[in-house]
Amino acid sequence: MRRGELAIDVELECPPGITCVMGPSGAGKSSILAAIAGLAVPDAGRVALGDEVWLDRARGVDVPVHDRRLAYVLQGLALFPHLTALGNVAYGMPEIAKPARRARAQALLDRVGVGHLAGRRPRTFSGGEAQRVALARALARAPRLMLLDEPFSALDRELRAQLAALVRELVAELGVPLIHVTHSVSEARLLADQVVQIERGKVVGRGVAAEILAHFVD
Amino acid sequence: MRSIDWGPLWLSLQVATLSTIFTLTTGTGLALLLAWRKLPARDLIDAVISAPLVLPPTVLGYYLLVALGRNSALGRGWEAVFGQPIVFTFAGAVIAAAAGSLPLVVRSVRLGIESVEPDLLAAARTLGARPVRVIATVVLPLAAPGLIAGAMLGFARALGDYGATQMLAGTRIGGSPTASIFVMDQLLADNEDQVFAMSLATTITGVTLLYFANRLTHRLRRG
Repeated sequence: MRRGELAIDVELECPPGITCVMGPSGAGKSSILAAIAGLAVPDAGRVALGDEVWLDRARGVDVPVHDRRLAYVLQGLALFPHLTALGNVAYGMPEIAKPARRARAQALLDRVGVGHLAGRRPRTFSGGEAQRVALARALARAPRLMLLDEPFSALDRELRAQLAALVRELVAELGVPLIHVTHSVSEARLLADQVVQIERGKVVGRGVAAEILAHFVD
Repeated sequence: MRSIDWGPLWLSLQVATLSTIFTLTTGTGLALLLAWRKLPARDLIDAVISAPLVLPPTVLGYYLLVALGRNSALGRGWEAVFGQPIVFTFAGAVIAAAAGSLPLVVRSVRLGIESVEPDLLAAARTLGARPVRVIATVVLPLAAPGLIAGAMLGFARALGDYGATQMLAGTRIGGSPTASIFVMDQLLADNEDQVFAMSLATTITGVTLLYFANRLTHRLRRG
């Protein structure tokens, strides 16, 4: 896959739990998530979740983004500004009847601790509140895989720790793998079970988080 | 002073309203198409759609006359379906007004569409929305200020159309001129009070609409 002049050539295997993809800015981390989500199409490669193949360029398989059951929290969160928190969370559940959809959306907002924001629009949220609403929205589709693209980068240390704890709880509840992209060692320490290090589009290290992160200072 | 005949203003408002409905629906479709980066020959299509902006109105009227006149395939087809020709009718006036205002609508709506953050579209797609739902629930609501601006510019342009309307629909539509044609008629007849009254009424109508459109646009932008 190519992003600008950078050729990205990686092989990722994500066991259950949280895998942190770490690397400096411009290393190709976000492009990897975009390829997994189906938002970018690599020149070659394969993306599979268990037995379910989402992309296989050699066989011409490319499942559209809307059919890949995943939760993707983008770096800027991308909350819909014209919808309330409840509307944002309910957006991913159009197949459910409206009353049930609203009830489920409210339950998800309650679960991440921002039930009181249901009727408010994103421009009134603090950074931490927006993160929580974005998490609730991503969970609405009952995802089989979670992708987080540096979602905590704009938050202070205390809020990061709170949200990291929440993410760990949610991953344990859902039992799905989570791929978390970050350039922050401290964020990786808070979340990661496994770490994959990439630089200039190539994997330069991988292993259990405690071992890999022991070589880094915050 | 003679009493003012408001029929021409009423006729122009009807023509401009129908023209705006047509240009807003067609223009939104074209703007969506032009906002799609993979569209082949995008710049060429844009140039063709925008051509009425740089053509003299009489030239645009001439093209419409050739394309929709009684001897053209489209004109004959229209006459076969509706039982009357396009030229020198109310429908002709609407089409002439719409042809001139379409590029303004397309440009405004396209600006609105292209101002929507790509990440919002990506988020909608990852939440299971198919392209049509993304357009209906994210793109168009967030592009609403562009749609309103386009509708108002298109309406104002249609309300004041003169050259193309005269070429395709003539100077009398159902016995009445449009407001712009009325102003020219009365000017030539030296009826300055009629010219002044119609000019003022048209100006007040246009400025009032633009004022409320601006208010609505600001409200939508504020969320």
